[in-house]
Amino acid sequence: MTVTLERPSQTRTETVGSPPNGPVGNAIEAEKMSVFYGDFCAVRDVDMKVPSNKITAIIGPSGCGKSTVLRCFNRMNDLIASVRIEGEVLFQGQNIYAGDVDPVEVRRRIGMVFQKPNPFPKTIYENVAWGTRINGFRGDMDEMVERALRSAALWEEVKDKLQQSALGLSGGQQQRLCIARAIAVEPEIILMDEPASALDPIATLRIEDLMKELSVKYTIIVVTHNMQQAARISDYTAFFSVDDNRTGNLIEFDDTEKIFTNPSRKSTEDYITGRFG
Amino acid sequence: MAVHQRQTVPQAADRLMPSGAAHHEQVVARQRRGRIWAIVFQAAMLAGIVALCALLLNILNQSFGYVAIVNTIDPAELAVDGVPLNELPKENLVEILEANISAGLMRRYEHDIPFAERSRENVHDLILERVVEPQVQATWGLFDSIFARDSVFAEADERFPGSDVYFRSWLTTSFISKSQSSEPLRAGVRTAIFGSLWVVAITILFSFPIGVGAAIYLEEYAHKERLLNRLIQTNINNLAGVPSIIYGMLGLAIFVRILELFTSGAFLGIGDQSTANGRTIISAGLTLGLLILPLIIINGQEAIRAVPNSLRQAGFGLGATHWQVIWHHVLPSAMPGVLTGTILAVSRAIGETAPLVVVGASTFIALDPSGPFSKFTVLPIQIYQWTSRPQDEFRNLAAAAILVLLILLLSLNASAVLLRNRFDRSRAIA
Ligand SMILES: Nc1ncnc2c1ncn2[C@@H]1O[C@H](COP(=O)(O)OP(=O)(O)O)[C@@H](O)[C@H]1O
Ligand SMILES: [Mg+2]
Repeated sequence: MTVTLERPSQTRTETVGSPPNGPVGNAIEAEKMSVFYGDFCAVRDVDMKVPSNKITAIIGPSGCGKSTVLRCFNRMNDLIASVRIEGEVLFQGQNIYAGDVDPVEVRRRIGMVFQKPNPFPKTIYENVAWGTRINGFRGDMDEMVERALRSAALWEEVKDKLQQSALGLSGGQQQRLCIARAIAVEPEIILMDEPASALDPIATLRIEDLMKELSVKYTIIVVTHNMQQAARISDYTAFFSVDDNRTGNLIEFDDTEKIFTNPSRKSTEDYITGRFG
Repeated sequence: MAVHQRQTVPQAADRLMPSGAAHHEQVVARQRRGRIWAIVFQAAMLAGIVALCALLLNILNQSFGYVAIVNTIDPAELAVDGVPLNELPKENLVEILEANISAGLMRRYEHDIPFAERSRENVHDLILERVVEPQVQATWGLFDSIFARDSVFAEADERFPGSDVYFRSWLTTSFISKSQSSEPLRAGVRTAIFGSLWVVAITILFSFPIGVGAAIYLEEYAHKERLLNRLIQTNINNLAGVPSIIYGMLGLAIFVRILELFTSGAFLGIGDQSTANGRTIISAGLTLGLLILPLIIINGQEAIRAVPNSLRQAGFGLGATHWQVIWHHVLPSAMPGVLTGTILAVSRAIGETAPLVVVGASTFIALDPSGPFSKFTVLPIQIYQWTSRPQDEFRNLAAAAILVLLILLLSLNASAVLLRNRFDRSRAIA
């Protein structure tokens, strides 16, 4: 990775935006990032340094801007006409919102998995192959598809029906296919917006295991409304909340263990313990 | 049910299933209302079916039935040495023809195909056409012919003594393969069929790409809040309801008059000099193309809008460009819907008459169209002309032509539906 190796500060007086015991480097950093939908400010002044090759969970009450923040990390918000973004998002030291940056390239480097499994209505094989093909992949496609499906822990289940429609898979399998599809284009970061919320508990556990395996190679940022899930899988947790104007704010960002055992903010503690009002 | 609950859960008295005489009455009344509505809907459907059947039966009634025919020369008189006409060898037939028609007509036949090359049947047909010259005296409908056969014959005997009365289907293979003629027994719709096919082909080629392109722009690219785009959208919606004759006026003004140089083919030097004006197939096709363009756009937009956003997000999330998402995912998903709309719109174009009258379909044309710059007629125009003739026989021809139009329409629709289904199926796996 060629990210800037700015080591997060070890002092506790640093902004809430960087986990104090940060590792070697940051995959992506938001600096004074605010997002507006028209006149409505959805999140304000987010400073957040997301460490590389770790799982970072974003939690918070619904409507606090978790999805909005996540979409800012790979410019998916560009698809919404009314959206306006202030501040900077640094990826490999470069502001991805700078004028000369191609959002298509950003999204290739920073993949996304959505809440509802959304495989293409094509074959399983084609689902994985398409993304790499449009990005100019010129290698052994069969091998690449197998590798991606193996990484997503799906290969054994689908290896005999690669040419069947992806829509015939179960919800959990579809979501793992979407993950396989995302990692096939070899992104550096994978954003996941409540990837297991539409799945049953067993499929959820498989996705969680998969995320753990993937975090060796990829930086994963996952939005979840399930606090047990955040506690189970993530290394760091960012807690967002809303103020009186329904504008979201990053309240606390720290080691997951610390957030769940000894949060430094009262509102975090209230939310964690279910006393959120 | 209610009784059963009362026994098992006696303590929840207020949550029992309702029962009793009053309640029973309510239920009966509710069911009666339900039945009445069902009957109303059934009646509506029946009325529709009855209307359709009446239409079809009326057409069938006129397409088949008895005709009374009087021959100008009795074929029996043409017998040579006691051998009847239909058994004579070719040489005799040519002699008979030569003896009974003008030398000029004979030369023309010789010029078209030399008699040496014509078959015996061909010469026989020519004699029937030109010498025997059957004339239709009266026609009867299919139902009279079946249910009142005796009175048909009685009437024919009384009013047309010496006439041949026989059962005739006006829809025959020669009706389809022959071109227009002023003789009802020899008239056909080949020219009109070719005209319709040519016009529809141009209509599709013009309106499908433009319509789908406009739909893509409006749904995928245009900012919906912008005033200009809202204006365009409203106008397209309204254009779909503009009477078709107004499109005819537009086509006349633009394609026939202003763009005459192009629509007459003069700019390529291939225009038919006898019709060196813009009343050509291409003008008609473009006019009908304009007519159905709003329908195709609106339908296309609806089909594109129905493509779930999650599909687009999936594509963008993998680093696809907008165009890649549209081309690989949005369009294939929308295509069955787009095709359905196109089928409906094209069906409408095939049946349109008024705008083509204005654009200038030929009233009488016996020559097949040879390309986009030919004069033309189309089936509905042909039907319209035949129905406006005073003689009964032409109404029989019109009915037969309507059957041809319906068959053409149904087969075009069927092929489009097959195409769409293949699209659907190939999407399911590929
Ligand atoms: N496309 C949009 N247009 C306008 N407002 C939006 C849009 N998406 C989200 N919002 C608003 O932004 C706020 C944050 O939404 P979101 O990021 O979806 O929250 P979360 O994912 O935490 O539930 C909400 O108040 C929501 O109404
Ligand atoms: Mg959300």
